[in-house]
Amino acid sequence: MTATRYHSRLHQTARERHADTHPLTWRLHEDGTRVDLEDYTAKDGYAAVRQVLGRQSPEDVIETMKSANLRGRGGGGFSAGVKWSLTLKGEDLPRGYLVCNADEMEPGTFKDRVLLEQLPHLLIEGMILAAYANDSAFGYIFLRVEYVTAARALTRALEEARAAGWLGDDIAGSGFDFDIVLHTGAGRYICGEETALLNSLEGRRANPRTKPPFPGQSGAWGKPTVVNNVETLCNVPAALRHGAEWYQGLSGNLSDDGGTKLYGMSGRVARPGLWELPIGTRGESLFELAGGMRDGLRLKAWQPGGSSTGFLMPEHLDLALDYDTIGEAGSRLGTGLMTVVAEGQSLVTLVRNMEGFFARESCGWCTPCRDGLPWVEKLLRALEVGEGKPGDIELLQELASGLGPSKTFCAHAPGASMPLVSAIQYFRDEFEAGIARPDGA
Amino acid sequence: MERELACYEQPQAACIEALKIVQRRHGWVPDGAIPVIARVLGVGAADVEGVATFYSLIFRQPVGRHVILVCDSSSCLLTGFEALRDALSGALGIGFGQTTADGRFTLLPICCLGACDGGPALMIDEDTLGPVAPEEVGELLEGYP
Repeated sequence: MTATRYHSRLHQTARERHADTHPLTWRLHEDGTRVDLEDYTAKDGYAAVRQVLGRQSPEDVIETMKSANLRGRGGGGFSAGVKWSLTLKGEDLPRGYLVCNADEMEPGTFKDRVLLEQLPHLLIEGMILAAYANDSAFGYIFLRVEYVTAARALTRALEEARAAGWLGDDIAGSGFDFDIVLHTGAGRYICGEETALLNSLEGRRANPRTKPPFPGQSGAWGKPTVVNNVETLCNVPAALRHGAEWYQGLSGNLSDDGGTKLYGMSGRVARPGLWELPIGTRGESLFELAGGMRDGLRLKAWQPGGSSTGFLMPEHLDLALDYDTIGEAGSRLGTGLMTVVAEGQSLVTLVRNMEGFFARESCGWCTPCRDGLPWVEKLLRALEVGEGKPGDIELLQELASGLGPSKTFCAHAPGASMPLVSAIQYFRDEFEAGIARPDGA
Repeated sequence: MERELACYEQPQAACIEALKIVQRRHGWVPDGAIPVIARVLGVGAADVEGVATFYSLIFRQPVGRHVILVCDSSSCLLTGFEALRDALSGALGIGFGQTTADGRFTLLPICCLGACDGGPALMIDEDTLGPVAPEEVGELLEGYP
């Protein structure tokens, strides 16, 4: 008996994935090996670069992306086209930077890994197009250092792309110059926050920066900077190749959001894993693909997309998994990879684990986050072992509100408060059971 | 180092990479490396120390020949992190943050490794493994002499 080496993979077979329905994954090999340059170009790779560079204006590209309604896949859900349109550019300004956020570390999230390891050219093509639209002089891929296979795949792909003239000066004869450097990190979840990421890229502690100015106004080294997630950038080539209407049509009448999404599921389900599905697919369909719960367990609760998204209940599975619908239900779509809790698994323990994670990963810059989160963890530890005091639940709620939006520089503390608030909302009895009775019984 | 510096607008950006270069050679970052890096980059030693102590995968004290990073985030908690951690601790006789007396293994917790469909997951050096059952731990460790 030997522990298995982990391999990133998609559940859908090659036969189930097609260019017109699975723009992110149709080129993936069945055996999980990297799609190299030859294979990528044979499968329509870099066709969007050839079609767009020097033939469409950057303004037209941004207009197409706005109409395509591609919303940021890193978890924020902000329109990529709008973000690009707000990025400063012009002849009187210095050319800025394009940064790919490949610091995938949101608990429960394993989607960018498959793209980075197996389809690095799709990301590079997306970055060239994004750089063209925003007049970025240079690109960085900010990769978490633990993604060793991804680093190897990207290094090889960048060399291949450079040798073939897809990176460097005068790309595809368009007169546009752009190159990319792979930058690996050194740990810490907070690096995924875009302004903390920029500080880390500059070789500083990864404390977030105050916004405004937004990175699009003043980012890396004070230059206009676009920061986009891996999956977001990987959506760009197909959207520009086939147009906004086609891209928007991928989600049909399921959602107003455009395109497909890498959805996934982990926890005690029968078939944990990843699927590329139209955005707006219902939670129930994903749950069915995962084969439901394993070992006769029953579904107790779920998070739509990471530890910084609020818990939802089994009855919420009939909702469309898109940004607005999940937001209206009181949570956030986040990264779109569901974490599933089974009956019998303690919400107090799970939330204690999460708040411990957020406390450890706080950069320590803002007081509510630095001091509030360890306090929250301590209260939860007491409740977990039945040593809570009367008033602890109300105190947790008060602390959660002090950690909410606009109380801190970045979204770390508000993200930490979401699972706490929702767990108390839906499972208050479990928290109450952790309060010691006055008679000591 | 020069190749690194050419990639960025300001030399300070190579700070983390410089620390990683030292760590690749020594296994960790000894005190003496901090002022040397500071001089090369033209920044203060306190800035380099601030960076070195911020990032969880820059080690400011000696670690074992093999570093075990055990994912302690939500999905792995739900699929058996605690039993895996206990099996590792039992087999090695150490807890998180400690190194075995023979200098072979250091045990550390880590944020979600992005291997949630293979949880509970861990990394040993550059290998990502998962799912790892507690009873597989003994044989697994033998692969790292």
